[in-house]
Amino acid sequence: MKDYDSKGIPHTTPRYSATFSPDANSDIRRAAATGIYDIRGGGAKRKVPNFDDLLFLGASISRYALEGYREKCDTNVTLGTRFAKNPIELDIPITIAGMSFGALSGAAKEALGRGANAAGTSTTTGDGGMTAEERGHSSKLVYQVLPSRYGMNPDDLRKADAIEVVVGQGAKPGGGGMLLGQKISDRVAQMRNLPKGIDQRSSCRHPDWTGPDDLEIKILELREITDWKVPIYVKIAGTRPYFDTKLAVKAGADVVVLDGMQGGTAATQDVFIEHVGLPTLACIRPAVLALQEMDMHRKVQLIVSGGIRSGADVAKALALGADAVAIGTAAMIALGDNDPKWEEEYNKLGTTAGAYDDWHEGLDPAGITTQDPELAARFDPIEGGRRLKNYLKVLTLEAQTLARACGKNHLHNLEPEDMVALTMEAAAMAQIPLAGTNWYPGKGDF
Amino acid sequence: MQTIDLETQSLRELNQTLHDQIGQTNQTAWEINNPRGSHAIAVGLDAPMDVTINGNAGYFCASMNKQANVHVKGSAGPGLGENMISGTITVDGDASQNAGATAHGGLINIKGNASARCGISMKGVDIVVHGNIGHMSAFMGQSGNLVVLGDAGDALGDSCYEARFFVRGEVKSLGADCEKKEMRPEHIEFLKDILERTGADAKPEEFTRYGSARKLYNFDVDNASAY
Repeated sequence: MKDYDSKGIPHTTPRYSATFSPDANSDIRRAAATGIYDIRGGGAKRKVPNFDDLLFLGASISRYALEGYREKCDTNVTLGTRFAKNPIELDIPITIAGMSFGALSGAAKEALGRGANAAGTSTTTGDGGMTAEERGHSSKLVYQVLPSRYGMNPDDLRKADAIEVVVGQGAKPGGGGMLLGQKISDRVAQMRNLPKGIDQRSSCRHPDWTGPDDLEIKILELREITDWKVPIYVKIAGTRPYFDTKLAVKAGADVVVLDGMQGGTAATQDVFIEHVGLPTLACIRPAVLALQEMDMHRKVQLIVSGGIRSGADVAKALALGADAVAIGTAAMIALGDNDPKWEEEYNKLGTTAGAYDDWHEGLDPAGITTQDPELAARFDPIEGGRRLKNYLKVLTLEAQTLARACGKNHLHNLEPEDMVALTMEAAAMAQIPLAGTNWYPGKGDF
Repeated sequence: MQTIDLETQSLRELNQTLHDQIGQTNQTAWEINNPRGSHAIAVGLDAPMDVTINGNAGYFCASMNKQANVHVKGSAGPGLGENMISGTITVDGDASQNAGATAHGGLINIKGNASARCGISMKGVDIVVHGNIGHMSAFMGQSGNLVVLGDAGDALGDSCYEARFFVRGEVKSLGADCEKKEMRPEHIEFLKDILERTGADAKPEEFTRYGSARKLYNFDVDNASAY
């Protein structure tokens, strides 16, 4: 574009509207062309206050550090100590979140099991029931009880090392799911007892209980069926974490899994993902407060998920009071999802590596979120498992590095006092002092 | 006949004792006295045993049952036979809401009425209700058969898949994508057999069949107003 017009008058710089941004305009054009909202996978992409807005203080005169590579910093965690005869013992406080066979290929589920096994942690089933691959390759497997109950049966329930009653998911609190027909292979259809090729709706509510009083009875039923052997988790979306945590504990949960809005999904409306729920950062302190008020902190374990990427995120979540974290999206990236080596094919799908989120369409070039045999054959579960193990090890080493710097000989000894916040928003949400002050919004005078 | 008395024994003892029979068939006749509406009675059974509950049961009675024949000589609370796989459950009285929810197989025979959401998300079970059923019954029903000798409440079979519904009386309203279907010879044969097995006093020809219109199987924006 020329700087001047034909009369020599300078052009103003073309200026995009902050309101009608290129993104917003593309959404409008898409809606106008199709008449239907956008469905995609993943979690919230909008920028929200997150763990990057917190910093550790490290050691000083009043805190002495532990020697890296020499002094011990333990990472183990026991989940389900409240009622279960057989709590789950993990080597690291990083678990693999629930992802269904159906949304993921069988080989991808196998890789999750292999990687988690090698790192000493657990995996979780999803909305498609339990596959032989993941049971066979996961020494510690959490079996989700979801509203759809696809594939739910007492035999698998008894094979599980823990049971997770899923009430909500951070990406879509109050929403169900949809596995589109193109991903319904013969095996997926058979496991879910539905015709091949039709859209499979996952319900937003459980069919057999409603409300906290019923949940207590539901948990009793599951405990009786499994003879009180395995822990019962209750997974809640980050919406009302204080109240939901209290209700879950009152209902008898051994473990509360709390999923913030950056947590992923296989397929949901974009408007749902971006506009419902709380950032993970804002969820943790209210949940921990609820546990503390009930004298249940560290007795009912808290697993936090939604946007965990690095050992720093792990350490910060634990410092805020979580007992463990769960990863889903990051695990998929570790397996090879959105890898730039598939850039040409991502381009053909109208996207780019790092932004691909149409997992529901079953066309994943990386062969992870697909049931297409040819695409799925691109993914090597052994190599994928190795990559996941490496990634989990790095997360652990990073978290240990930060904990030692704060003088902690166990990741669980990290505490809110080890951190400061970089922004007012993060200070308010995490109830961590703004850097350079001893104040956060809501706490007395500045 | 082995007897467990819930006045003197705990629910845990009851279920553990019944679970201990898994893989053994020596003691096949069990009687549970004084159930007094307890929840989770006889859940997760997996042996060809006959269990009689002498009284009313609470939530989730005989849920996830495999193989066992459970007879409730009273009424049952919500979630009767939830996610049952096989076997039979007979209830002499009424069943509360969500009877047979997500059940995959077996037979649930309710001699009285069943409340709302009977057969919700059913996945292969056969349910026979001698009286009436409440609203939203068989919501998202995937497969199996729901046979009702009386009337059905609002929104029968809403968003159902391949489950079949046979109603002798009135249907207050049909749910989204549920429609009246033709009764073919195989349906008459099916009804004849199941009515006989459940001791139901009705003739197959008196029933009307309902099922999915299959218009909502794949999302189409033009059907959005149906939801």
